[in-house]
Amino acid sequence: MLLIRCPYCEEERPELEFRNAGEAHIARPTDIASISDEDFEKFFFIRSNKKGLVFERWRHVHGCARFFNAVRDSVSDKFLLTYKAGEPKPDVSTLTAEGGPAAWANRPPDQLNEKPKSKRSTKGEA
Amino acid sequence: MAKIATAARNPAHAGKNVGGEGVALKVLEPASRMSLRARPDTIAALSKALGVTLPQKPKSSAAKAGRTALWLGPDEWLVIDEAGGDPVADCAGVKGLHSAVDVSHRNVAIAVTGPNAAATISSGCPQDLSLAAFPVGAASRTILGKVEIVVLRTGEDTFRVECWRSFSDYVWGFLSEAARDAG
Amino acid sequence: MAGSYRISGQGRLTPAKTARFTFDGKAMTGLAGDTVASALLANGVHLVGRSFKYHRPRGILSAGAEEPNALVTVSRDAARKTPNVRATVQELYDGLDVASQNRWPSLSFDVGAVNDLASPFFSAGFYYKTFMWPKAAWKNFYEPNIRSAAGLGIAPDQPDPDHYSSRYAHCEVLVLGGGASGLAAALAAAETGVRVIICDEQAEFGGALRFEKGAIIDGQDGWAWAQGVAAKLTAMDNVTLLSRTTAFGYYAQNFVGLTERVTDHLASPGREAPRERLWQVRAKRVVIATGAIERHMVFANNDRPGVMLASAARTYLNHYGVTVGRNVGVYTANDSAYAAAIDLKKAGIGIAAIVDLRDNPSGPLVDEARSLGIEVNHGRAVTSANGSQRIKSMTVQAKAGGAERTIAVDALLVSAGWTPSVHMFSQSRGKVAFDDATKRFLPGTYAQDCVSVGACSGSDSLEDSISQALEAGANAARDAGAKPGKGVSITVEGSEGWNGGMLGSGPGAGADTTVKAFIDFQNDVTAKDIRQAVREGMRSIEHVKRFTTNGMATDQGKTSNMHGLAIAAEALNKEIPEVGLTTFRAPYTPVTFGAIVNHSRHALFDPTRKTPTHAWAEGHGAVFEDVGQWKRAWYFPRAGEDMHAAVNRECVAVRKTAGLFDASTLGKIEVVGPDAAKFMELLYTNPWEKLEVGRCRYGIMLREDGFIYDDGVVGRLAQDRFHVTTTTGGAARVMNHMEDYLQTEFPELNVWLTSVSEQWAVIAVQGPNSRDIIEPLIEGIDMSDEAMPHMSVREGKICGVPTRLFRMSFTGDRGFEVNVPADYGRAVWEALWAEGQKHGACAYGTEAMHVLRAEKGYIIVGQDTDGTVTPNDAGLDWAVGKKKTDFVGIRGLTRPDLVAKGRRQLVGLKTRDPHVVLEEGAQIVENPKQAIPMKMIGHVTSSYWSENCGRSIAMALVAGGRDRIGETLYVPMPDKVIEVEVTGTVFFDEKGERLNG
Repeated sequence: MLLIRCPYCEEERPELEFRNAGEAHIARPTDIASISDEDFEKFFFIRSNKKGLVFERWRHVHGCARFFNAVRDSVSDKFLLTYKAGEPKPDVSTLTAEGGPAAWANRPPDQLNEKPKSKRSTKGEA
Repeated sequence: MAKIATAARNPAHAGKNVGGEGVALKVLEPASRMSLRARPDTIAALSKALGVTLPQKPKSSAAKAGRTALWLGPDEWLVIDEAGGDPVADCAGVKGLHSAVDVSHRNVAIAVTGPNAAATISSGCPQDLSLAAFPVGAASRTILGKVEIVVLRTGEDTFRVECWRSFSDYVWGFLSEAARDAG
Repeated sequence: MAGSYRISGQGRLTPAKTARFTFDGKAMTGLAGDTVASALLANGVHLVGRSFKYHRPRGILSAGAEEPNALVTVSRDAARKTPNVRATVQELYDGLDVASQNRWPSLSFDVGAVNDLASPFFSAGFYYKTFMWPKAAWKNFYEPNIRSAAGLGIAPDQPDPDHYSSRYAHCEVLVLGGGASGLAAALAAAETGVRVIICDEQAEFGGALRFEKGAIIDGQDGWAWAQGVAAKLTAMDNVTLLSRTTAFGYYAQNFVGLTERVTDHLASPGREAPRERLWQVRAKRVVIATGAIERHMVFANNDRPGVMLASAARTYLNHYGVTVGRNVGVYTANDSAYAAAIDLKKAGIGIAAIVDLRDNPSGPLVDEARSLGIEVNHGRAVTSANGSQRIKSMTVQAKAGGAERTIAVDALLVSAGWTPSVHMFSQSRGKVAFDDATKRFLPGTYAQDCVSVGACSGSDSLEDSISQALEAGANAARDAGAKPGKGVSITVEGSEGWNGGMLGSGPGAGADTTVKAFIDFQNDVTAKDIRQAVREGMRSIEHVKRFTTNGMATDQGKTSNMHGLAIAAEALNKEIPEVGLTTFRAPYTPVTFGAIVNHSRHALFDPTRKTPTHAWAEGHGAVFEDVGQWKRAWYFPRAGEDMHAAVNRECVAVRKTAGLFDASTLGKIEVVGPDAAKFMELLYTNPWEKLEVGRCRYGIMLREDGFIYDDGVVGRLAQDRFHVTTTTGGAARVMNHMEDYLQTEFPELNVWLTSVSEQWAVIAVQGPNSRDIIEPLIEGIDMSDEAMPHMSVREGKICGVPTRLFRMSFTGDRGFEVNVPADYGRAVWEALWAEGQKHGACAYGTEAMHVLRAEKGYIIVGQDTDGTVTPNDAGLDWAVGKKKTDFVGIRGLTRPDLVAKGRRQLVGLKTRDPHVVLEEGAQIVENPKQAIPMKMIGHVTSSYWSENCGRSIAMALVAGGRDRIGETLYVPMPDKVIEVEVTGTVFFDEKGERLNG
């Protein structure tokens, strides 16, 4: 079970309290009634489904009930960042795994969204 | 017009209680409850009207004179009044943006008391309920087994567990099972 | 003496504390503290089971969780029967019943052993290759026969009467393993004051100190020291010590699953304690101290009962006071076996010879063995174990071959060295690294906040292990936020250092041989099988594993993986790391379903939701149906009535007088705020801005793709307040859908949503007399048609309690829905029931509700729609606001496919024979004489007998349905073809006059 930092509750909470809500940063067109079939297709049906860093929506449904966004690595499942709905899409280049905490590392809440200062050394690491 | 007999109240599980090793469960008396939603600039006025300062820190609550306001979300509070008050009525005069909805009958409350109270709830609740992580006054919507609950720590060894009425069979059953194994 | 192989003065058990047990019906005596294995050995029993595939006699290999052979069935009674229990793990208690497995008719004479003689045919991949043809024979012949011949114990056929518990736990430091390293780490962490959990699979803490006699720690015997530390930790409030507890799975973010066996060791467990407890631990830091597992030597017939790991024999002697034989041989490539020989010799047991594969073994243990007069043969190998149901002798040969010497033995201790237990580390997604010098995989790159200490990290000495562990424990606590403590120091004054080891097959079992030299005992995989896999083209260890099933048994290859890998590497002429190690996966040892399921059984399997009037319905004979988690009254049969009769009576009564129906399960959402109407405009197809306060409207909710998502009646209570109802099944997802749009697409709207589904009990009173029934109980509401027309809502009082009274109908007759606060639901229902009795009203259930609404052509979302139905398809175009410029689904509705001709539309169907009731889901065709597969043009969505219409009625989705009204279509069934006429969807009161009737 993952720990997910809720940006509204300001702490990591067990995954059981959350529900994934699909890809993030797909805004509903304000003039939706008049968009073309192609644009509607892009908006409604097409998802990036990338290998690597993905932007996701989550809802802390059994907690504060807020929807929020997350950057997650679809290979390691690791959350790199969570942020409130409506906040701008973060710059992925600052979030790349290089030098970041090991996959699954159990960061204290105040550090989860910080870029660690140096590469961690662990016993036995080559 | 003929006199109309007033309907009797039939709360779920009224008066039930059970004891385990170092833990007791008790279904609490009916209370007035309000689901309160508000924009930030209305919080002060609502606090004044309610007589209790609405907490703005996650996972916290504030209590005064039998009335407790639980932070459930950044614009959401559960206000529980055990002193016979009517919090919805108290908010009626507040002008700012808010929503006050009576949910008194929606929930059933179970007190979990004793040195093993936290262990009992931890049988199905994945949150850390230690005093350091979940101090007295802490409140949170979370999970117990397969259902949603709201947990409020009212004392070092005392919790109030709230669930929706139709889930109270499950929650009561779950906590009773858990209490058997809390020692 | 409890067993003739119990040695007086040896071991830690109390001779006076005996425990009786039976093995295959034979009464035996052991001691309290024994395992089944030690008790059997004490009674001279080595033959305890038959192997999986070849039915070869098998004994006890180990003294721990790695045991591949000694699987038994233990029973308390017929229902409490557990198959495949490792005899080396199950603790003895008085009255324990143990049975061997996979043998018929008896353990010593087993018909299935013919498989062993036929084994040339049963080589690796045999099953894949042989039972291919004919195809049908697999299901009917091969599989049933293979399943009954091969295998493990038999599962009990009665429900498990025990209960199981669960606990979420959180700690700063979790220590996996309670040997010397684990205890030291726990002590160092605990001393800082942070929360520490330490678990060990054994009954007592101490790990290898159980057998390692040479350990002296802090001036005490190692085992005594371990018990002292365990006692000290137990006394600390911040420490949870869990014995008999296996860490079986290491998951994301230091989430570790443990199973605690609470009562399996007790003669009379009592009813209160759970049999097992599942712990789900979230730790800030994890210290892995899981030790190492000794490997066996690979040579011909190395599976004979009596062949045993050296450390196991030592455990049986030093802990249980049991010798595994009287004349014991040793075959080793490692020093540790010498220690076993020395201990046995000192206990008065004859050591026939030590055969050491190494050319020049040296060191204090070798010297001591020699000084005790033990014959040490170096540079030699045991090439065969002889005997069938118990080893009788060993054949010894020089490594290079040559003259054979047969030495009589009644037990043979083997050691090919130690494999660090990297299971937990690997499960944590850590990457192991091959240490070429010692030929073993050790923790390499860490993926989580954990650290390995002691033997599992490659430490070979007790001093190193303890100092590593102390540092790791203190660091883990510090990293988890602890303030530094005073520090712990532990002095190791005596310890044993072991060197050596080998991987793969020994002399006499090489590539040029055909002997049965077992690698994986439990799955009967031999060295030959691995080589054959390579010959047949398997290159990756993952393929070799699956082809041979090496390491795939319940022991997960704890003793076999490294041997298999080495043999594959040799056959491939590659280095071991190039062939790769298979990934370790949870569970480390088998976990019971009971522990995983824990509380979720019986009433707690899934929540059962009941309405406030449930007990009343029960008392009035209701039959309930499950609607999601809800129990809903289905129909109320009277004496002598079947469902059909009851439903017919209820349907007629509602239209004749009135009926009461419990609609409490409907979802209800209160939409409050100045932008409430604006929000409703966006979420529903209908217009809402102009709906007057006090009026209701039937609303349709779409998904963005234009398909119907939900429906329900919505009442406007105030300019800024709507009372929205949803379908029963849709309550939670509709709330989620609305919150999603509100929070993420329309956050500028000043409106809030509150679920009030359970705040209000809802009593539908439907039928011509409905107003007469309600009115006498009402205060403050004028219920006349003028004041309260159809589709209106009023707030007032009923029976002195607040009500939201809706005038609405789901039957087509005059109707109301009385909402009262849930705790008053029962009393108000009873009051209405009493009034209703004066008018001959009935209580009706969901079946009658379905029939009545179908008579009027009212749809049920999810029954008449299936996620691909638009409002137009359902004949509900009138509910879509034509002037609206936006609502969820507005663009979806204009997609080319959704406006194309020929879409399936909801129509009515009348069977030519009015008595025939169609089956819901039945397919509809134009021409029943066409060839199969026929072209299906639609299907039946709802179908009932309507007593009010005097005939069957049905609704269906049919391609171009509304243009087909009047046409004849066909419903082919297995036994006949049913002729139907396409009609409109309203079967009763087409003009709708009864709403005010």
